[in-house]
Amino acid sequence: MSNYIVEMLNIRKEFPGIVANNNVNLQLKKGEIHALLGENGAGKSTLMNVLFGLYQPEKGEIRVKGEVVKISDPNIANRLGIGMVHQHFMLVDTFTVAQNIILGSEPKKKGVFVDLKQAEKEIVELSERYGLRVDPKAKIRDISVGMQQRAEILKTLYRGAEVIILDEPTAVLTPQEIKELIGIMKSLINEGISIILITHKLKEIMEVCDRCTVIRKGEGIGTVNVSETNVDELASLMVGRDIVFTTEKTPAKPKDTILSIKNLEVKDSRQAVMVKGLNLNIQAGEIVGVAGIDGNGQSELIEAITGLRKVESGEILLHNKSITHLSTRKVTEAGVAHIPQDRHKFGLVLEYPIGENMVLQTYYQKPFSNFKVLSFKNIYQYASRLIEDYDVRTPSTRTKARALSGGNQQKAIIAREVDRSPDLLIAAQPTRGLDVGAIENIHKRLIKERDKGRAILLVSFELDEIINVSDRIAVMFDGQIVAEVKPEETNEQELGLLMAGSSKEKAGEL
Amino acid sequence: MFSNRTFNLIVPIFSVLLGFLVGAIVMLAFGYSPIEGYRALWNGAFGNAYYLGETIRQSIPLMLTGLAIAFAFRSGLFNIGAEGQVFVGWLAAVWLGIVVDLPTIIHLPLAILVAGLAGALWALIPGLLKATRGVHEVVVTIMMNYIALHLSNHIIRAYLLESGSRTSRINESASLRTEGLTTLFGGSQIHWGFIIAFIAAIIMWFLLERTTYGYELRAVGYNKHAAHYAGINVKRNIIMAMMISGLFAGLAGAMEGLGTFGSMHTHASFSNLGFDGIAVALLGANTAIGSVISAFLFGALKVGSLSMPPISGVPSELVEIIIAVIIFFVASSYMIRWIVLRFKKEEK
Repeated sequence: MSNYIVEMLNIRKEFPGIVANNNVNLQLKKGEIHALLGENGAGKSTLMNVLFGLYQPEKGEIRVKGEVVKISDPNIANRLGIGMVHQHFMLVDTFTVAQNIILGSEPKKKGVFVDLKQAEKEIVELSERYGLRVDPKAKIRDISVGMQQRAEILKTLYRGAEVIILDEPTAVLTPQEIKELIGIMKSLINEGISIILITHKLKEIMEVCDRCTVIRKGEGIGTVNVSETNVDELASLMVGRDIVFTTEKTPAKPKDTILSIKNLEVKDSRQAVMVKGLNLNIQAGEIVGVAGIDGNGQSELIEAITGLRKVESGEILLHNKSITHLSTRKVTEAGVAHIPQDRHKFGLVLEYPIGENMVLQTYYQKPFSNFKVLSFKNIYQYASRLIEDYDVRTPSTRTKARALSGGNQQKAIIAREVDRSPDLLIAAQPTRGLDVGAIENIHKRLIKERDKGRAILLVSFELDEIINVSDRIAVMFDGQIVAEVKPEETNEQELGLLMAGSSKEKAGEL
Repeated sequence: MFSNRTFNLIVPIFSVLLGFLVGAIVMLAFGYSPIEGYRALWNGAFGNAYYLGETIRQSIPLMLTGLAIAFAFRSGLFNIGAEGQVFVGWLAAVWLGIVVDLPTIIHLPLAILVAGLAGALWALIPGLLKATRGVHEVVVTIMMNYIALHLSNHIIRAYLLESGSRTSRINESASLRTEGLTTLFGGSQIHWGFIIAFIAAIIMWFLLERTTYGYELRAVGYNKHAAHYAGINVKRNIIMAMMISGLFAGLAGAMEGLGTFGSMHTHASFSNLGFDGIAVALLGANTAIGSVISAFLFGALKVGSLSMPPISGVPSELVEIIIAVIIFFVASSYMIRWIVLRFKKEEK
């Protein structure tokens, strides 16, 4: 009897033109949290889709509890006790938690009727046993992302999973929710569940995982014991070179004020006031980081500056000229670039070729069009240059944006935004969901733009990022900037307290 | 592995072949000879100049409604209202054809233009409601179809009725038909509208694929949020897409009014041109050239089917079955994709 619950041996998976996985080994012990680490596009998701039965490997074998199995579809994976929580949740918004959990394996009453009562009872039992605390009667659309994730985890447990694959579970969570998730993972392994955690966040691996398997460009690199390694070693295993974590930069040399926001008030779509009399200045040649917990008005602030949302009152000045009520197009033309928080929803038209996405804001200008007729020659020439200069990896400029990996999509957006030479660059969560290699690249790029004299507004929920990259940190709480601190004079604890609404004096005492 | 482009070509061709196959099976099952049936269908559509002329005549309005639906689709809208836009276009064209007397060179283009504008204005209402109030265009256009049907009937009865249920004929100066063309096609009802349809198809292709307007319209169709982020005026584009779609449908009405009939009669129910346009656009993969080709196929089927009962004894309704099957397979192209991929896999 093998002491591994799942083994994937010498897996090879090809797609037309590329080898997504080659010679990958992953052996999962019972009751461990096993990290699967790799850059974006390294083949982590492919490997897990092989295990979950969505893809068939060209070579290699899978063993569950020592027995060789062939997993040809997800139902078989379920039967073998393998469950997966995808990065993008597979939930029906208008159903309750319980309805979602039983979907596809509904308990029956008299053979025909769905026994929702019974299901809810079972779900409550399950969630108590694993410390998940989810209300089975709540509708998915009414609960937070963290709760939705728990519903997904419960879904796998309800189907009898002994092995749960979590695909980048923390990418969508707030710091507080991440803490709770870690607690949940620990109680899951205490109950004998084994977890494969797909991630590229090294700190999380160090915090919760027992062992870690690394994939680089599709190749299996090896498995290490987390207790015998450190962040630097993991990072270099993952990218194949040494990574510098603290981005090196010279002190900022701020010049004229570029952006000046006065008493800004903005409502969200439900007419709740989200930005409440906010004041903020940004000078040329500095990066101002806005730290805050999600939902404290950051999105509304950015949308107001970029003309995507109506300003109720107050003023936004760019170079001392008001852009308060200008349309998005006019704001863009005035010299504002925007790296949006959600690259799929806002940043790209996924069905357009990547080349055409490069002119999303400038297609109507020369040389990309002439008398309203597009010049594809000029568009693609320009796109080729951007792709080259910013190292966007894509098979061709004609490839649909959808087909690129998340990191390369983000690089493409940044290339487009930065290359317009804006005076003000707004970067909202620019490294969300990216691996350390890509993050390093993006941070360097932001600092380079700063040194060219641009004003940069960085909004992020990642405190490391804020502290590392910013020259000045503005803490946002409840629609206002409640404190301004210097990154070298603060730490994550202080910032965390400020973000939660403590006064600066109080936070400073700790 | 097929590229998407090849696939867009394979699905409709495959579906059409399957449609004919199922049609043959149905004929066999009911004791008819499929060979006789299809020969009658072919001859009835292309057998001589007269039939060919009729086929072209039948295809013209279908091309235009197909373009209308396809254009809206590409911009992310579902224009069920082509039917109603056909009615208002038809009525506008006939009205202008009757009450105005001008030289052909002015009269005909004017009547066509006014018909297009009438369709565009009819589509403006759902466009406005969608853009400003978020009302779904399908609901509004369906209602507007009924309004157009009954309103045009009322106007014909109240103001334009000549005899029975028909308006008087339009002045010759507004007619799309000419002696020469009619004679050339053996006295069929063919008219010059096919040129209008081709021009409309070229305009649609150029507008969507080659201009900044098309870039915006498609961007809005694919991803409204990204379009908004990029500074594109989403509302204006929704309204514009609906109006251009309505314009094409209005032109289809003009084809009936100025070409086929030279008048307008009261309708007890819909003409189905707008609804058939949905099928045309679907089979044509929402492209301009695809819509033209599939409209021609549908026109041939519809005209050819009329010759089936007298010659082969096969009821003309068989063609409805074939069309339904074609649409069924195009709509379930996902399934076809799956089958094709599976064959590919086994080859390896």
